[in-house]
Amino acid sequence: MTAYDVEPGDSVHPGDPVQVDRYTGGARINHWITATCLVLLALSGLALFHPWLFFLTGLFGGGQNTRTFHPWIGVVLFFSFFGLFVRFWRANLWKREDGTWLAQLHDVLTGHEERLPEVGKYNAGQKAVFWLMSILILVLITSGFAIWDQYFAAFTTIEQKRIAVLVHAAAAVTIICVWIVHVYAAIWIRGTIGAMTRGQVTGGWAWRHHRKWLKELISGKTLMP
Amino acid sequence: MAFEFELPNPNTINPVTNLGEADLVRRSASSVPPPARQLTPVAKLIDVSKCIGCKACQAACLEWNDKRAEIGINVGVYENPPDLTPEMFTLMRFTEWVNPETQDLEWLIRKDGCMHCEDPGCLKACPAPGAIVQYSNGIVDFDHDKCIGCGYCVKGCPFNIPRISPVDHKAYKCTLCSDRVAVGQGPACAKACPTHAITFGTKDEMKAHAETRIKDLKSRGFNNAGLYDPPGVKGTHVMYVLQHADKPEIYAGLPKDPHISPLVEIWKGAAKYVGMAAMGAFAAIGFLHYIVEGPNKVTPSDEESAKRLTGSGRS
Repeated sequence: MTAYDVEPGDSVHPGDPVQVDRYTGGARINHWITATCLVLLALSGLALFHPWLFFLTGLFGGGQNTRTFHPWIGVVLFFSFFGLFVRFWRANLWKREDGTWLAQLHDVLTGHEERLPEVGKYNAGQKAVFWLMSILILVLITSGFAIWDQYFAAFTTIEQKRIAVLVHAAAAVTIICVWIVHVYAAIWIRGTIGAMTRGQVTGGWAWRHHRKWLKELISGKTLMP
Repeated sequence: MAFEFELPNPNTINPVTNLGEADLVRRSASSVPPPARQLTPVAKLIDVSKCIGCKACQAACLEWNDKRAEIGINVGVYENPPDLTPEMFTLMRFTEWVNPETQDLEWLIRKDGCMHCEDPGCLKACPAPGAIVQYSNGIVDFDHDKCIGCGYCVKGCPFNIPRISPVDHKAYKCTLCSDRVAVGQGPACAKACPTHAITFGTKDEMKAHAETRIKDLKSRGFNNAGLYDPPGVKGTHVMYVLQHADKPEIYAGLPKDPHISPLVEIWKGAAKYVGMAAMGAFAAIGFLHYIVEGPNKVTPSDEESAKRLTGSGRS
């Protein structure tokens, strides 16, 4: 038997409490490199987005350094996120229960998970975060190259740069909002952060939030080839 | 007879200087208190019909600003260098134009450079506080100590003027010789112009002078002669007298109706506030949700269920 959402390294350790391996060491390192880049990009980008936040350039050693580092951090993030994409894309494919889950968002937000369909390794909210991040990072790197004038000024017209800079700002604001949702969900749903620090969650957490995935793991389903 | 707008030689004894911080009316990515005094608006008037294309203005500009343009190559046109550069703040642009009415070949020579817009797009786009300033006499100037080299001014400018130096990664353009004007002198280019095609004075004087020139041109058959002081950027402090003011674009692409791009207006206007509000709203909604709903905790019965499922037995 195979399941689309069982990833390499996912396994259950019976005990008290039951422990479930959710993320491998490689996935965690990959995640935290991406996360660090995203935070640095947000800080350096916001510094140039609104004058109120220009003081943030101090974190990077001044305006010139902020302008220099920001695009390079973006390149690192792009490749780092690409690693996450390769790891996670299959488990984030949209399934029938995701529509139901999303339609009952009110039950999600009020903590009535018993009324929701059982979901796999990722629920519809997590999948939405994954795909929005993927699309927005593509938009950001593309528009970013168009305004990376130190090396690529000659490749675009000024009018194209104007479009790119507006698209870049809009996509950046959106991805920061998506990031806020991502971080808040990790804080709100207790027991989640351990998945990305130690790599494990408790069986109860998996039962409560990702029951279909837990059942697949216990019944010995493996990664789809 | 001395020319009306002959620029005086400098007074070197106790010169009075203006154009300090107190004379700023705009400062990029920051605000300035309203200045206590209003300097008389100045303007440079470039009479295209009197220009002979000698490039003395370019030489004077390099000389005064202590720039040494790289020795270039002949690219088959009279422009030298072929475009504005971080060293070359002003450039004679040559256009050979056949007047369809007279079949005359007209050699249109326009001295390109910063127009010192009353509503400067570069300043609006600049994210670095104080890197671009506007004085109450109308001069728009770059402060290179504060410039971060992002190139946003390039996107803001309706005239494609600022150039980013690949050496120090800072933006450069004509200063209207703010350092000379501050001590009562005129720009170096105007001082050097042998035909007085470039004149400098108060904006009102320059408009009046332009009127006499336009009258003269009209009397000589240039019925569409006129002043280029585009209202889309609320007027400029560098103006042109054009023989064909109805067709500014024939002068090496001088824009007919320049204005700050709507994309830049949205980016530096609504987007800034909507963006900050959206991010703030997401954070606030998260906080409020936590206050109302509290954390979503795994219960002991969830752990029990997991144990039953794995067959770990009951505890």
